[in-house]
Amino acid sequence: MSSEKKHPFQIIDPSPWPLVISMGALLLTLGAVLAMHNKDFITLFIGALMVLGGCGGWWRDMIIESKDTSIYTKEVKNGLKIGMLIFIGTEIMFFVSFFWVYFNASLFPPEVIGSVWPPKGLKTIDPFDLPYLNTLLLLLSGTTVTWAHHSIIEGNKKDFTLALGLTILLGLSFTCFQAFEYYHAPFLFKGGIYPSTFYMATGFHGAHVFLGTIFLIVCYFRSKTQGHYTQESHTSFELAAWYWHFVDAVWLFLFISIYYGSWR
Amino acid sequence: MNEHTPHEHTPKGWRRWLLSTNHKDIGSMYLIFSIIGGIAGLIFSIVIRMQLAHPGGTVLGGNHQLYNVFITSHALIMIFFAVMPGLIGGFGNWFVPLLIGAPDMAFPRLNNISFWLMIPALIMAGLSTVVGMGAGTGWTMYPPLSSLTGHPDMAVDFLLFSLHLAGVSSILGSLNFITTIINMRAPGMDFFKMPLFVWTILVTSALLLITLPVLAGGITMLITDRNFGTTFFDPSGGGDPVLFQHLFWFFGHPEVYVIILPAFGIISQIISTFSKKPVFGYVSMVYAILSIGVIGCGVWAHHMFTVGLSPSATVYFSAATMVIAVPTGIKVFSWLATMWGGSIRFDTPMLFATGFILLFTLGGLTGVVLSNGGMNIVLHDTYYVVGHFHYVLSMGAVFGLFGGFYYWISKICGRQYPEIWGRIHFWMLFIGVNMIFIPMHFVGYNGMPRRIPDYPQAFAPMNYIASIGAYLTAFSTLIFLGVALYTVFRGKKAQSNPWGVGATTLEWTLPSPPPYHTFETPPHIGGDLHEHK
Repeated sequence: MSSEKKHPFQIIDPSPWPLVISMGALLLTLGAVLAMHNKDFITLFIGALMVLGGCGGWWRDMIIESKDTSIYTKEVKNGLKIGMLIFIGTEIMFFVSFFWVYFNASLFPPEVIGSVWPPKGLKTIDPFDLPYLNTLLLLLSGTTVTWAHHSIIEGNKKDFTLALGLTILLGLSFTCFQAFEYYHAPFLFKGGIYPSTFYMATGFHGAHVFLGTIFLIVCYFRSKTQGHYTQESHTSFELAAWYWHFVDAVWLFLFISIYYGSWR
Repeated sequence: MNEHTPHEHTPKGWRRWLLSTNHKDIGSMYLIFSIIGGIAGLIFSIVIRMQLAHPGGTVLGGNHQLYNVFITSHALIMIFFAVMPGLIGGFGNWFVPLLIGAPDMAFPRLNNISFWLMIPALIMAGLSTVVGMGAGTGWTMYPPLSSLTGHPDMAVDFLLFSLHLAGVSSILGSLNFITTIINMRAPGMDFFKMPLFVWTILVTSALLLITLPVLAGGITMLITDRNFGTTFFDPSGGGDPVLFQHLFWFFGHPEVYVIILPAFGIISQIISTFSKKPVFGYVSMVYAILSIGVIGCGVWAHHMFTVGLSPSATVYFSAATMVIAVPTGIKVFSWLATMWGGSIRFDTPMLFATGFILLFTLGGLTGVVLSNGGMNIVLHDTYYVVGHFHYVLSMGAVFGLFGGFYYWISKICGRQYPEIWGRIHFWMLFIGVNMIFIPMHFVGYNGMPRRIPDYPQAFAPMNYIASIGAYLTAFSTLIFLGVALYTVFRGKKAQSNPWGVGATTLEWTLPSPPPYHTFETPPHIGGDLHEHK
């Protein structure tokens, strides 16, 4: 804020984005209820736009601030890293709830589904078909994102941009294959406990991959812009990389337990 | 920009509040929100007690669904919109940065969104009570009562989304608190020099971050069960309704520690201040807080002894629950030892603190009774349970809230409350809440069930006493509102430290009210904070 600041932390002037997002969240949730009960999607749509717009504005502000080294001190970056780690921790707990459901049903299959897992008469997806390809894609993207990280640490901006771009392509192809798999899956979301847990867990994972890809895409465009991301200063890319490793790890658990574990 | 004095940085008018990025302003908004939520929750509870004042009560026109809607709203509003915003959002925001010598919270914008998400959450909760048949599920929302079978219209969906919004708010707030406490302590403020209130906010935030996402997953699956035909909790498709109870109580039980821990912290600081002694056994108090947090995450199924747990699970959950009595006992004995030999002043905050110790301990002891899996099957879902948890929450957490209010209000608004009216408020509330909840133990022990708006003639006298107590409590709350308004607008100007030598924490070194930005030059913390010179 000013050069007379005697502490390393960030003091922020009033910002409109939290209020915009909150009011958007009201319309979003209200709209979700109306959409589910009355098939009325307008409120939901306006709410989603407000939330997305607010997030975009917030993100833009942070990118502008990040260029000012008097704001983004070592301590502020440290705070952002702690915050991101905690956020990833809560995300892990979010997935715990879906794995809890999955193991509750698969380890103690109820009579209704024939006391066996996967449920009697249900054709599950062959894990060594598309899911295996997706596993390899995500693992490869984990290595390319690490390549990007090491490149920026060594100040090799060209390799950094290349590796980041490759990571994004791998992430996007994962999402496409996942969409293809959903489209051709032999069961529907409402088809009982196996399809419910399958779509819920992989669906939320897919949403997180999508979010991580957007995060990386923003990093990509920043890496193409003069003055963003230097050898010393690339915190937001680091956070994006951590997030990407997190979605990668969740996938491995999904692949082992929900795909391979339900394969007969 | 450099020549601006800090004063000129203060934003003016609506921008200051609606777009706030200042921990003090956001804390004040949280406190006002908490008072409004508390009044709403109180109104629901008064109607409940009016209905139960006499057997065959007709206050709600014999509409038993409406009665359950009132029960649900009372619980959810008191927990999510009164106690949590007050203790964590209000006092946490105001005093965590001041107590550790930080200039603000780590993420000021995130701080603002955690407040403003509470408004949509409250609106959605309000809608859930008035739309259609209302949400009469209780705060536990067990399916199939909360499924389409039990509540086919929109009301329960409003309730679930309200919890989603409140949950996001709490998660972002907790993330902010933990980052602030880890990253922004003033030089010399080691972890083991932090005042106990900061420790309790740290552990509370960690509990919220661990458990709330699991609840979020659970209620998301309930939403898809209701609206998209999934069968997570529907046995006809291979789902398991008991699973929802596990997911709910994995959050729901740590939630009660989320509520009570910050009250513990406030009480510790009040007792130290008014006994003019440092907290007895500071380090063991810290470890007690930590172990309450850790063990508290592993005892959730003691709410589910009647669902048909296996005997070994019953034994484990009984024993683990009883173990929590140990760190809690350490805290109670430490408070007593802090007072022992102290030069004690019984101002209003200290009255609330001592009242807290007495009543919280009573509630804790009935908790030990209920933790026993065998006893619990008899007492499950009776008024004994209602009496138990109101002793720890309605007299524990709420006494912590009021204690914190009287302790810190002069710091927050620069004006001191009228002492005599504070004491009148305390005694009326103390007598009122005991009149409500002691009789509940007796009727509960004799089998009066919860969430039923009627009862046999035999329980009439005790219920009548409880209802009179509720009216007394409501009256004491009116006095509190008068005290609060009088203090904020007409109270005597307060000095920076109204409590004298006992108040050693950093907030008392600042003027009352503190300037818009504080600790712009970090204070240096030397020596042992908990030593009184």
